[in-house]
Amino acid sequence: MSRATLGWIVLSWVGFALLPWYGFDRSASPTLSDYFVSGSALIHSLRGVWWLLPILVPLGMALVPAIRPSIQQKGTWLVASGLLGLALIVAQGFSIGLNGWTFEILRGLFGEPGPSQAGMGYGAALTAAAFLIILCHGLAARGWCRGDAFVTSSIGAVVALILVFVFFPVSTILASAFADNSGNFAPSEFVAKFMDKSIWGLDCLTSDLRCGVAWNTLFLGLLVAFGTTALGLAFALIATRTDFRYKKLLRVMSVLPIITPPFVIGLALILLFGRSGALSNILWEWFGVPRSRWIYGLPGVFIAQLLAFTPIAFLVLIGVVQGISPTLEEASQTLRAKSWTTFWTVTLPLMRPGLANAFLLGFVESLADFGNPLVLAGNYEVLSTKIFFAVVGAQQDQGRAAVLSIILLAFTLGAFWLQHAWLGKKVYTTVTGKGDSGIPLPLPRRVALASYFTAIPWAIFTVAVYAIIVVGAFVRSMGRDYTPTFEHFITAFRVERADWGLYFSGSAWNSFFATVKVAALSAPLTAAIGLLTAYLLTRQRFSGQRAFEFGTLLSFAIPGTVVGVSYILAFNVPPIEITGTGFILVMCFVFRNMPVGVRSGIATLSQIDKSLDEASLTLGARSSTTMRRVVLPLLRPAIVASLVYSFVRAMTAVSAVIFLVTAEYNMATTYIVGRVEAGEFGLAIAYSTALILVMLLAIVAIQLMVGERRLGRRSASAPSPIAVQAIP
Amino acid sequence: MELKKTFAAATMLAGAMTALSFMSAGAAQAQGALVMYCAVQEEWCRAMTTAFERETGIKVSMTRKSSGEIYAQVKAESQNPRADIWWGGTGDPHMQAAEEGLTEAYKSPKMSELQDWAVRQWDQSKQRTVGIYSGALGFGYNTDQAKANNIGEPKCWADLLKAELKDEVQVADPNSSGTAYTLLATIIQIMGEDKGFEYLKALHKNVNQYTKSGAAPAKATALGETTVGITFLHDMVTMVVDKAPVKVVAPCEGTGYEIGSMSIIKGAKNLDSAKKFYDWALTADAQKLGAEAKSYQVPSNKNTPIPPQSPKLSDVKLINFDFAKYGSSDERKRLLSKWDNEVKNLPK
Repeated sequence: MSRATLGWIVLSWVGFALLPWYGFDRSASPTLSDYFVSGSALIHSLRGVWWLLPILVPLGMALVPAIRPSIQQKGTWLVASGLLGLALIVAQGFSIGLNGWTFEILRGLFGEPGPSQAGMGYGAALTAAAFLIILCHGLAARGWCRGDAFVTSSIGAVVALILVFVFFPVSTILASAFADNSGNFAPSEFVAKFMDKSIWGLDCLTSDLRCGVAWNTLFLGLLVAFGTTALGLAFALIATRTDFRYKKLLRVMSVLPIITPPFVIGLALILLFGRSGALSNILWEWFGVPRSRWIYGLPGVFIAQLLAFTPIAFLVLIGVVQGISPTLEEASQTLRAKSWTTFWTVTLPLMRPGLANAFLLGFVESLADFGNPLVLAGNYEVLSTKIFFAVVGAQQDQGRAAVLSIILLAFTLGAFWLQHAWLGKKVYTTVTGKGDSGIPLPLPRRVALASYFTAIPWAIFTVAVYAIIVVGAFVRSMGRDYTPTFEHFITAFRVERADWGLYFSGSAWNSFFATVKVAALSAPLTAAIGLLTAYLLTRQRFSGQRAFEFGTLLSFAIPGTVVGVSYILAFNVPPIEITGTGFILVMCFVFRNMPVGVRSGIATLSQIDKSLDEASLTLGARSSTTMRRVVLPLLRPAIVASLVYSFVRAMTAVSAVIFLVTAEYNMATTYIVGRVEAGEFGLAIAYSTALILVMLLAIVAIQLMVGERRLGRRSASAPSPIAVQAIP
Repeated sequence: MELKKTFAAATMLAGAMTALSFMSAGAAQAQGALVMYCAVQEEWCRAMTTAFERETGIKVSMTRKSSGEIYAQVKAESQNPRADIWWGGTGDPHMQAAEEGLTEAYKSPKMSELQDWAVRQWDQSKQRTVGIYSGALGFGYNTDQAKANNIGEPKCWADLLKAELKDEVQVADPNSSGTAYTLLATIIQIMGEDKGFEYLKALHKNVNQYTKSGAAPAKATALGETTVGITFLHDMVTMVVDKAPVKVVAPCEGTGYEIGSMSIIKGAKNLDSAKKFYDWALTADAQKLGAEAKSYQVPSNKNTPIPPQSPKLSDVKLINFDFAKYGSSDERKRLLSKWDNEVKNLPK
């Protein structure tokens, strides 16, 4: 038996016999003895918490193969122990709650109210995790995944996490789609709500009436996905394949929108293009273009989302464009293809995984976006805001929100399926171990021109939008009173000198610290889980893989509001009672943003030749070692992308966290939303600029920490014949 | 190599820290604590929190959200309530929560000091929610825009139907905003249901946008994005105090109003502190804080001085608003779907 397996068996006992099994009451202040031994499941079960006693059986079963090394079916013992252990923990956790039995049947059988228990704590978490890993090790011992315990454990861990933090909460809320307002099962309500004319109506085709909200959302999503992919590609090509002088600047600028808190872009657009906006005024005074409200509606949301989501396409595509091996392009040119033909028939098809992923992300992001439609959509309704107001608006109809969420979910999953169909079974490997692969070709003239013509005006436009934002932070009231002032920053970020040190008296500090802390903690977790999942999906074959991939995408597809409410419904009561903690915020972010890590990981990994891993495995490295020393270094662009994305997302997400914030863990965005609601645009914008600065610093830090991926590509200007290894 | 190790180590460290630093979080709820959900503006919430802490020594954990969000959260948390008191925000969600038994009945010794409308709401909700302030519905118009486009001063609800205001009126969507629902209920109570819907259909031609948030038209009016915005008067007053070119109008036909309310959450963990806060929040001293925090609603305690910026109640003709009827969820659903079918989908 391997040392790792033994270690996990020991941990399962530690969790049961040493650590506190239950979480602590918020008002209690636990002593050291509460942490060790006396709060453990062992002591509890001896003192009358009888339902914890059976867990000793699987704990003992795991010991059997450890004590009797001669035994034949070690794997079977481990599998049985793990399964039984998990089943017991889940069963007791869900059937005994805060107020006794949780199921009617049990109440009927054993009388009311029955025993009660609090939510699970460290001990329960550790023991459950250990049982899971023991189960996976057992499966590996029985020959699953070629007997690789690292792979089975990784799959097990990711599946378990997704089950707990995605499927469990989401199923609690989606169930309400099939219930009437008092909670009874009513499928006819579902049909009635689902077929509603306001969702599927097609009146806009034949008359000047409005179309259903589902069509609106779909149309906007497709437009935005096309737009962001095209713009992202233009930026990526300029950044990697041309010697454009202001590349660096272009890169920073293209990343700016992603680090902009919600509402800000929308506000800036109103201040520029609104009826009383700065540009509208100029157009009116100089050219007599009448002022209008065209910005409110589809055009406004489209522009704002293009601004906001192009960087995501860019981040995904830049890794892919970099990764394309010039060998194939050189081969094409040697065969006398013109540079345009080469681009069209070789380069572009090789970018397919990147293009498809960028498109998918753009589409899904547009569907899930909440801040921009809220400010700019006018009478153009989309699902995300409709869902939000179904929950919090005057209707207060959770069932309707669930129905709309199901539609949104169906769109996202449909896009996911289409992407798979388009990519097909073709091979996109271009990063191999075969040393130098030549100089990347310069872009064909028309492609270069097209890229410049799309990217540069867009970049200028971005600058204009951000100029408005910066100005807005330093004037009294943007759009009305342009007296320069620091008052917004002072209100938000005042620091006073008290006798005992610095006192952060500004009204924003509290939420600022909480946000930075939550973002900094969730980013590495997101990247790790996301990339691990991507690795499992591209490099391993196991049954149920497609369902697994589906599951990872689910949390991304569900609108934030629904996730927020579902987290409260699921995690406010035992067995997992974590509402009101920062932990729930971190978990929410990790599982909402993980899909980006997964997607960019998949896009990058599908370019890297499997023979590299195989070489490592052949040389005797375990798959964990291969992962660490071969795959991870090649994944650097994906690591950067997912770290940056998840950090930034944790700082800028709105709709999911509105329900999860508490007095101690108030997030910057909810503070900003409050300010926008109160009409204090100046303060909102000032706070946002501070956040933008923090995020910029974080991105630079992440870049420095992870480093660039060095591939064995020569650059035309500085040939370096020595750099033949793909691995630094 | 070093980099990779750093990355792996950082990941693990972050994982461990996440678990450790948060699991025990929230220990601030010591003896004499109060968890408050606050639905008015941030300053006012803060002022209330600090004043109450100073007065009683009870530590308040305050979270600010909109009224609808708090309702949704209180409902989701009903199995294991986190909050003790829900202070502020428009009355409908409070009434809804009372109807569903999410809040606790309580009779404060301060009830005798309250205005009639506050006591009436308390009666109607079976003592589960009480009025702390009220604000009349009305509209404001941008004086610069009106002058530029030669639009006469609108004084009444009927004036908003004039052809010169085509595409110049902004109001929220009643499906998402309590403010706009108040407008819907007000018009019906002034004109009767059939005439009221005729009015709303005619108004639809002049509406340039149904916003999501109830207060958004006030900002749009201040910025000149629309000439007229229909909101609660105090939202418009805030813009005027901020020196925007806005004139506030209390319509001549009379108008409805909202009652900002306060409820104790059922199953509150700090029930005593909640009651203490409840009693304190009804005093004139506590209610004075609103105007100091630039919120110009009319307080519910008769002895509270009415802020000078507030629209004078003597100038506003208030209708006898039937909160019980128009606050009930059945009536609301019926009116909203009628509005959706008959008004919102009309061509311009």
